[in-house]
Amino acid sequence: MVIYMGKNMSRKAQSIFTLSNLIKLVAIIAIYLVIMAVMEGDFATRHFKSLLVPIGINIILAVSLNITTGFLGELSLGHAGFMAIGAYSGALFTIFAENHTGLPAPLAFLLGIIIGGIMAAIFGVVIGIPVLRLKGDYLAIVTLAFGEIVRAIINFLGVTGGAKGLNGIPRYTNYKWTYAMVIITIILLSNFVKSRHGRVISSIRDNAIASESIGIKVSNYKIMAFVIAAFFAGVAGVLFGSNLSILKPGNFDYNKSIEILVIVVLGGMGSIKGSVIAAIVLTLLPEFLRGASNYRMLLYALALIIIMLFNSSEIRQRLEDSGKLPRLPKLKARVK
Amino acid sequence: MTLVQILSRKKYKIRLNLFAFFGSKGEDSGKSELAYEDIEEKGWLGEYRIYDLIFTKGVSMESIIEQFINGLRSGSIYALIALGYTMVYGIAKMINFAHGDIIMVGAYVLYVSITDFKMPVIAAVIFTIAICALLGIFIEKVAYKPLRKAPPLAVLITAIGVSYLLQSVAQLIFTANSITFKSIINLEAVHIGGITIPGITIVTLVVTSVCMIALTLFINKTKMGSAMRAVSEDKAAAQLMGINVNRTISVTFAIGSALAAVAGIMFICQFQSIKPTLGALPGIKAFVAAVLGGIGSVPGAMLGGVLLGVIESLSKAYLSTELSDAIVFGVLVIVLLVKPSGLLGKNRIEKV
Amino acid sequence: MKKTFKKVVSLGLLGALVVASLAGCGTKNTGAGDGTFLIGGLGPLTGAAASYGISVKQGAEVAIEEINAAGGVKVGDTSLQLKLQFEDDEADGDTASAAYNTLMDKGIQALLGTVTSGAGLAIADQTNADGILQITPSGSAKDLTKNPNAFRLCFTDPLQGETMAKYAVETLGLKKVALLYNNSDDYSTGVAEAFESKVKELGGEVVAKEAFVTDAVDFTTQLTSIKGTDAQIIFAPVYYQDAAYITTQASELGMTLPFIGSDGWDGVLDKVVDKKVLEGAVFLSPFLATDPDTAVQSFVTKYKEKYNATPDQFAADGYDTVYVIKAALEKAGKTDSKDLIKAMTEIEVKGLTGTVTFDASGEPNKGAKFVEIKNGEYASKTVE
Repeated sequence: MVIYMGKNMSRKAQSIFTLSNLIKLVAIIAIYLVIMAVMEGDFATRHFKSLLVPIGINIILAVSLNITTGFLGELSLGHAGFMAIGAYSGALFTIFAENHTGLPAPLAFLLGIIIGGIMAAIFGVVIGIPVLRLKGDYLAIVTLAFGEIVRAIINFLGVTGGAKGLNGIPRYTNYKWTYAMVIITIILLSNFVKSRHGRVISSIRDNAIASESIGIKVSNYKIMAFVIAAFFAGVAGVLFGSNLSILKPGNFDYNKSIEILVIVVLGGMGSIKGSVIAAIVLTLLPEFLRGASNYRMLLYALALIIIMLFNSSEIRQRLEDSGKLPRLPKLKARVK
Repeated sequence: MTLVQILSRKKYKIRLNLFAFFGSKGEDSGKSELAYEDIEEKGWLGEYRIYDLIFTKGVSMESIIEQFINGLRSGSIYALIALGYTMVYGIAKMINFAHGDIIMVGAYVLYVSITDFKMPVIAAVIFTIAICALLGIFIEKVAYKPLRKAPPLAVLITAIGVSYLLQSVAQLIFTANSITFKSIINLEAVHIGGITIPGITIVTLVVTSVCMIALTLFINKTKMGSAMRAVSEDKAAAQLMGINVNRTISVTFAIGSALAAVAGIMFICQFQSIKPTLGALPGIKAFVAAVLGGIGSVPGAMLGGVLLGVIESLSKAYLSTELSDAIVFGVLVIVLLVKPSGLLGKNRIEKV
Repeated sequence: MKKTFKKVVSLGLLGALVVASLAGCGTKNTGAGDGTFLIGGLGPLTGAAASYGISVKQGAEVAIEEINAAGGVKVGDTSLQLKLQFEDDEADGDTASAAYNTLMDKGIQALLGTVTSGAGLAIADQTNADGILQITPSGSAKDLTKNPNAFRLCFTDPLQGETMAKYAVETLGLKKVALLYNNSDDYSTGVAEAFESKVKELGGEVVAKEAFVTDAVDFTTQLTSIKGTDAQIIFAPVYYQDAAYITTQASELGMTLPFIGSDGWDGVLDKVVDKKVLEGAVFLSPFLATDPDTAVQSFVTKYKEKYNATPDQFAADGYDTVYVIKAALEKAGKTDSKDLIKAMTEIEVKGLTGTVTFDASGEPNKGAKFVEIKNGEYASKTVE
């Protein structure tokens, strides 16, 4: 299963040196310079600087969850489980590398990230298989069960430190690594959803039976979506662990999966840009409302309900028709 | 441990090293020893002896029966909750994620009505059940009905939102700390042979059985019950037959929520403590029970609930407490892999 | 065109948000030179562990009021007034990290926190990098004090485990003990492990070792298992809510074994319906509000006046930590973190939770107080 990145195989191979790509490259570098100035300089508070990494991590998590929930159209409530697997694998590796090998830190970290992503991706296959035949409600519950099973097992195993948590993770994460990972994630996933495989996955969301009937192996693509989402969740997990230097199973519970889901829903399912913006907003907002964190849960819950109701309501129909709001990707209609 | 040894009622300690199958302790693989040994051993990945799933417990007949009865009790509560899930799924074709949290609402309402409003016990119980039933109807009308034609993903997310909403409102009103609550049931424990059955267990078993019988009679013998069965078979046809589908769905939610209220009352009389996250985990486990028994099937929910309770209790006692939750979820995965329609369910054919 | 409009609007909003967060910038007061010493506080003020953080904050505030009213802290040849800036960390590592940075932006000169272990471990390296004096009033994980800048006021888990093991095996002479603990909580696991090894060392036997996970409410399985063994006493190093469930359910199952616990039991009387199930239970606590000692009673009175509630051990911990910082300031004669850290090993403070000195590894040396529940009340118990 080869994934073509950035190239549209149904047409003649196009050069990647287009004008729009060049503009994007300049923008990426420009943003990096701005971030570097902010971080190294004295303009911003320590508080703000410390938020850059969590923002990046949340962006990666939200964009990867969007692949399953927004593009494949299946609710995955176990995303935190993938993050946990990646986090612990990467952390164990970096701890091992630091204490037992002479690997230079950047190399060890890079390997840690890759290992974390791959381990999570492996479990993406593990969960992909049971959910092959499932849809909708059942699939969501199985992903939820998966997340809880992962957490219970991490709690149980000795090598992960159990409930006490995994301590002493070398703190490699900094804004440079995070920014790099965020950009890589966004580029890879944007290209993926525009590629042939990505469009197949979207078509499954729109009408699975129709897709099946034209010869698409739905199950393969379902697994693909889960694996890719899991990989990036794992990467985010490794960044998370190396930022806090301690990992506890409690960090990756059902609530965490819901938090990421709220970001995806808020940003718009099926919209990567939306996920990015929503991730930034929802990471910064709680910091300003820190005294009102009791209300935060309430606000998230209301946001979920209201957005869902609004999306399906007649008001939205009218707004869409008059062109004021972009049409949402049509999610899979209910089968009677 | 052989049957003879169980029946002879002597206490034996079993040592069963499951991970020896994978490790270097070849000579111990698969053997169970009737001896008590120091369990300070090295696991196969190092000093973490947690890898050895060794359990040494006094396994007497009385003990097994008591654990079994514990399982029946928690299983009957799961059954009550599972009934709500299964009925709603059969009729409205959705999983009401917020169902587990209705238990929590019932618990708080009972607490408030007895402590703050000072109602007499019977009135408080009826009040609690009524409020929960109304809440169920309200949630359906406000959050689920507008989404009847929407994709299932939207309904799922909304249901999660409702669940979270209930929890956060409860947390705002009552704070996240747990509230102690004196049980309204004061029955003495019963002692049979060497077994002690707490009074609350007996009451729970009786009440849940009564509820299940009443529900079965209702579904099979009343007009509304037939309407419910009709709508769950084929909504469009039922409507053509003149059945008021909206009313039927509302009644379904009301009954499901009322049962959840009863489950909540039983729950807090047992544990005598209420907090906002009370309903979340039992709710999910009850859902697993409903799937196990066959979602959409009322007797299936009852069977699944009791079965799951017993599985949970025995695995907590004799395998591992930490992994008992994982085992419960593992049951879910296995059922969905092997027989997705559950034990008593029917296969649904999907029409294009 | 509509699409670009929406893009512009959303990017504009985003930009505004980012600028707003930057706006609280650049102001890095050092807090020095204006006659005050700023203590930063870090603990959960919201969420499930909120009661602990709130207690610590309030206890600290009582101490600060007292000290300032008496003229402040004598540092060198000036007197400084104390100020407390307490931030909410929600007992979560991520939030603690951001909150700590907020405190540093405000120019704190010493850190009273964190209240919970998980949050503390997440910022331990950061506080060390900044070299700021950090004293945790109530965090019990061993690694909290691994860095030279960090100290601890409360008991360590190993100490509690060993003390209770000695109590059970030597004082009470009971050799067969049952252990019921929360193996998804580092506090409970830490105490349980120390207890188990000490019991074995003293010649006792742990005949039953049952575990549960956080948020469990049903302990009947574990208690039934214990019932089937020949245990003579049950040790449950758990928090008071779990202790309440456990003792209640044990009584329902008809069990009559005595219970011993750790300092997490403090407050258990409020959580049981029938206080009789707790009769005779013994646990460790650094602080007892009914202790007739004058210092304790004066604290309890002031706390009740200010907050209309009885202080618990966390409030006492907060109070004592402030006094420890005061002692360090007085000893060092300067406000530099380096000097304060050095002074920590040279001071002795007589606090509400006992007389305490600190060793170089950051651990406190102080005795443990036993509490017994007699007639539905907490009573101080002397054990030789």
